[in-house]
Amino acid sequence: MKTTTKQKIAFSILFLCTIIVVLPVLFVLGVIIKNGAKGISWQFLTTMPSDGMRQGGIYPAIVGTLYLVSLSIVFSLPVGVMAAIYLNEYAKDNLLTRLIRLAIVNLAGVSSVVYGLFGLALFVTFMKFGVSILSGALTLAIMNLPVIITASREALASVPYSFREVSLSLGLSRWQTIRHSVLPFAIPGILTGAILSLARAAGETAPILFTVAAFYLPNLPVSVFDQAMALPYHLYIISTQIPNISIQTRYATAFVLVGIVFTMNIIAVILRSRLRKKKKW
Amino acid sequence: MVENKGKSQKEKGKSQVKIEVKELNIWFGKVLALKSLNLEIQSNEILGVIGPASSGKTSFLRQLNRLNELEAGFRMEGEVLLDERDICRIKPEHLRKNIGMIFALPQVLPISIYDNVVYGVRMHDGKSKSELDAIVEDSLKASFLWDEVKDRLKEFATKLSGGQQQRLCISRTLAVRPEVILFDEPCSGLDPISTAKVEESMLRLKEQYTIVLVTNNTKQAARVADRTAFFLMGELIEIDKTHKIFTAPQDKRTEDYIQGRFG
Repeated sequence: MKTTTKQKIAFSILFLCTIIVVLPVLFVLGVIIKNGAKGISWQFLTTMPSDGMRQGGIYPAIVGTLYLVSLSIVFSLPVGVMAAIYLNEYAKDNLLTRLIRLAIVNLAGVSSVVYGLFGLALFVTFMKFGVSILSGALTLAIMNLPVIITASREALASVPYSFREVSLSLGLSRWQTIRHSVLPFAIPGILTGAILSLARAAGETAPILFTVAAFYLPNLPVSVFDQAMALPYHLYIISTQIPNISIQTRYATAFVLVGIVFTMNIIAVILRSRLRKKKKW
Repeated sequence: MVENKGKSQKEKGKSQVKIEVKELNIWFGKVLALKSLNLEIQSNEILGVIGPASSGKTSFLRQLNRLNELEAGFRMEGEVLLDERDICRIKPEHLRKNIGMIFALPQVLPISIYDNVVYGVRMHDGKSKSELDAIVEDSLKASFLWDEVKDRLKEFATKLSGGQQQRLCISRTLAVRPEVILFDEPCSGLDPISTAKVEESMLRLKEQYTIVLVTNNTKQAARVADRTAFFLMGELIEIDKTHKIFTAPQDKRTEDYIQGRFG
């Protein structure tokens, strides 16, 4: 066979594989938009559900998800970034740090329902936060930690080593060096990782299943110790637990959930390119 | 008694030994990078250090401001004295403020020209805006960059040419007011004209500073160094006045290297 023919075949296979990655995404989005877009209205987004959730909107589920996601990032971002700084900038390469790194990689692979049970045991039962927004947000935060740590470490490692050398050679301390010549240049990557982890938290059902999610609440939560409704769990309920609900309502709910995740991802991409332009090297 | 001690130190200061290296051995892991090195660096001289790759010249240079100790597996024996004080007993931040360094590639930070120059000073002590402005002007003038950049101090430093960037790095080091400046192959990425400008500023700087210049370009050492040291395989082969090294070297290996027979 001629080299050019071989090359053509190879490229075709590679191209096909790429298409296979994209197709399911397009298909899922297509189905959701086709079936759900008509169900989206201002009223659907901003009113409480009624008639056993067959009528009305999904306002409390949206609010609950936003509460959970924002509270979880308050816990996970500082801890994750600081752990990443320690691991990447200070920690010596010894058995302990290698074990920690291994633990982080494994944490990222633990299935989300295990996090849910862990949250139930630790936050709900042991620490007596009860089934509450606080417990759910903490559970999501722990689930997100490995993602944030890994993303932050990559962002820190991508800052050229020479920046640190220059800073140290001018007589700055190691902390000043990290604070002024490493962190500012790693922020775009860290933020992107954080937002992507948030998007994942917004979509997860299992971790909130036992720790916060309510089947139905007539009122919005008023404190972090209240239960809340959340979009992914709400979608699960209306799809499996409630008969005679219109397909359009289900798909419209899915549409909102995917929309939130999608928006976050787009924000991450835009933010990164904006900040990269400012801090270019 | 105390006065006497102070006096004798002062007198030794006049004998102008700025840095003294005694029996220095450096290892990285199991590799002995520098073998029992002894040498002195005089105040206000330019000491050129030449030698082929992995001769230990950069390890030597980075020992003077203790950058070596950041590497994994670093170990040392012996002493380096700065003004008769063991540098291992000086806080690294303090030491590096006194011994500045210019790297092989111009390492400007992706911030403005102004911010680059004040980068080190700003952290050290709270200086007012006008003081910083004055430092920027002085430092940029000392590296002959002021006229080229005075109207665009707020522009990104990365927009400057390679030679300008390297002179900016010199200004940044000067701004923290060191006593010694280490140059680590400062012109390896520069064209001849930029090189000439950097060399010109080095010759000016030696009036106030002590300079150690590691270079792969033997001709550069011949042009600017007062004394030149030749390193080979981690050992100091020869150190003498530059013209002697280049005209009548004592060691055959020095002669071979300078004439380009190896390296």
